[in-house]
Amino acid sequence: MAVLVLADHDNAHLRDTTAKTVTAAQILSTDVDVLVLGEGAKAVADAAAQIAGVRKVLLMEGPELKAMLAEAAAAAVVPLMDGYDAFLTPATSVGKNVAPRIAAKLDVSQISDVIEVVDGSTFVRPIYAGNALETVSSSEAKKVITVRPTAFKAAADGGSAPVETVAAPTVQAHARFVSEAVTASDRPELGAARIVVSGGRALGSAEEFNGVLEPLADKLGAAIGASRAAVDAGYAPNDYQVGQTGKVVAPDLYIAIGISGAIQHLAGMKDSKVIVAINKDPEAPIFQIADYGLVADYKTAIPELMRALG
Amino acid sequence: MKVLVPVKRVIDYNVKVRVKSDQTGVDLANVKMSMNPFDEIAVEEAVRLREKGVATEVVVVSIGPAQAQDTIRTALAMGADRGLLLQTDQDLEPLAVAKLLQAVVGEEQPKLVLMGKQAIDGDNNAVGQMLAALLDWPQATFASAVELNGEASAKVTREVDGGLQTIEVDLPAVVTADLRLNEPRYASLPNIMKAKKKPIEVKAAADYGVDIAPRLTVLKVTEPPKRGGGVKVETAADLVMKLKNEAGVL
Ligand SMILES: Cc1cc2nc3c(=O)[nH]c(=O)nc-3n(C[C@H](O)[C@H](O)[C@H](O)COP(=O)(O)OP(=O)(O)OC[C@H]3O[C@@H](n4cnc5c(N)ncnc54)[C@H](O)[C@@H]3O)c2cc1C
Ligand SMILES: Nc1ncnc2c1ncn2[C@@H]1O[C@H](COP(=O)(O)O)[C@@H](O)[C@H]1O
Repeated sequence: MAVLVLADHDNAHLRDTTAKTVTAAQILSTDVDVLVLGEGAKAVADAAAQIAGVRKVLLMEGPELKAMLAEAAAAAVVPLMDGYDAFLTPATSVGKNVAPRIAAKLDVSQISDVIEVVDGSTFVRPIYAGNALETVSSSEAKKVITVRPTAFKAAADGGSAPVETVAAPTVQAHARFVSEAVTASDRPELGAARIVVSGGRALGSAEEFNGVLEPLADKLGAAIGASRAAVDAGYAPNDYQVGQTGKVVAPDLYIAIGISGAIQHLAGMKDSKVIVAINKDPEAPIFQIADYGLVADYKTAIPELMRALG
Repeated sequence: MKVLVPVKRVIDYNVKVRVKSDQTGVDLANVKMSMNPFDEIAVEEAVRLREKGVATEVVVVSIGPAQAQDTIRTALAMGADRGLLLQTDQDLEPLAVAKLLQAVVGEEQPKLVLMGKQAIDGDNNAVGQMLAALLDWPQATFASAVELNGEASAKVTREVDGGLQTIEVDLPAVVTADLRLNEPRYASLPNIMKAKKKPIEVKAAADYGVDIAPRLTVLKVTEPPKRGGGVKVETAADLVMKLKNEAGVL
């Protein structure tokens, strides 16, 4: 059995979600190749070649692949699947967009958001916002799987796989890239940060959200997250949202400030190693899963926390 | 221009989910069921297109048990024109749903399929992308803004991991709704009454002659490991001390 792993990157840097997905792939097979789709992404392919145990890296470049439009990406992957028994991608917005299209083209089911590979055909995945875990077995000839990266340790460095350049197929594209608005930040990426400080509806405005969370995040070297309520109200950009329908994070430390702890929010952070909740309502459900709870108004608690951190 | 909106009947998002003790699934007996929240957003968007005169007809389709007619009725009360139920008591996988929807698209010939990005029961986030693949249509997933250029194309802003991406897709296309596309309306009483007279056609899913057999076997459904309850701290200074000395994360 050979497995193809789709690399997660921004054309300049490889994200560690790729090495985590390689770990999941290596439970299925020792023949794991990594596919880099993009443009100007040679450095990414070279980085992927260093993941220990990778057999080879395929690099396919083109303008539509730069924006990872689903039609172009699926057209690139589907013909390659003649040589593979499984396709794995991290469950990022790119992976979630592209993988089902590949599965349907191959006429196979997809197994979404896998958190455990039990054996070559058995997988565990969360359903109902993580309130239940489903163990499924698949007898599909080719398996298409999205992997929840936070559930796997990154494969080590130290490999030196060959990089092969493959020509991208030409597609009659019915989709065009127009523009993107990327949230610029010097902070660690939300999905990869060791510490996340997250704000909720309690913050009340964008100014307050930034004014309270940014200094704290800077002090801790943390990424900033948010609840849906905070994003909907415009206090934080959409890519900050943690939860069932936002990002799933599992940092060493997650600090929830003025977040009630709805199940849809918990779905995105309850696998964090240590959870801290700061909320003025002692009955807030977030306290049921918090390792350390501070019942307090954030307006006084956060300045005190800043002082205590020194 | 006709718009097709697939809607799923799911456990209400406020209900506390309980795993059955025999590990065969979650307990759906006597729990509140509602329209999948993302599908409500898709219905709202389609109805707005209808109100702007861009869409001429909004057709909602649901695949599920007889009770899914209630879900369709809710969409009709929001302003959709007519409904179609593909009745089945089987729990279908996304690929099977996409194949049935492909057949419905063949019959209905919509210019646009607007649907939810994810059903909050199975959390698959797959049907829209699969439908687009089967139809060989372009897809614009996780939409937070949709702007139609007549019947030629749609400019769609997508919520992605790094922020927002805007793409343009030629019609016909599949668009899947994210949370911030709009805020769905509540149906007014007069509209609920009116919806009772709107037509719902019921067909058997099995009559479509597509392969909807399951590809996966569910071996068991279990409860996730519970987090042990924590402690309350009195002050921020106390918290920092515990995070440093006890938890070792600072
Ligand atoms: C389909 C669907 C998908 C969803 N997906 C997500 C998702 O991915 N992520 C997500 O987060 N949510 C999601 N939600 C929304 C979720 O159900 C909740 O509505 C949301 O998480 C609430 O956000 P919040 O905790 O910030 O706001 P609230 O629930 O309003 O909580 C605010 C909290 O702040 C506390 N507070 C107020 N003032 C202060 C103060 N001065 N100091 C300290 N504490 C204070 C209050 O006691 C309260 O507990 C989804 C919902 C649906 C229907
Ligand atoms: N049984 C169904 N009937 C109608 N539409 C469905 C059904 N299942 C899924 N869908 C649609 O597909 C979207 C994505 O679902 P999923 O891929 O299952 O997460 C939903 O938001 C619905 O719009």
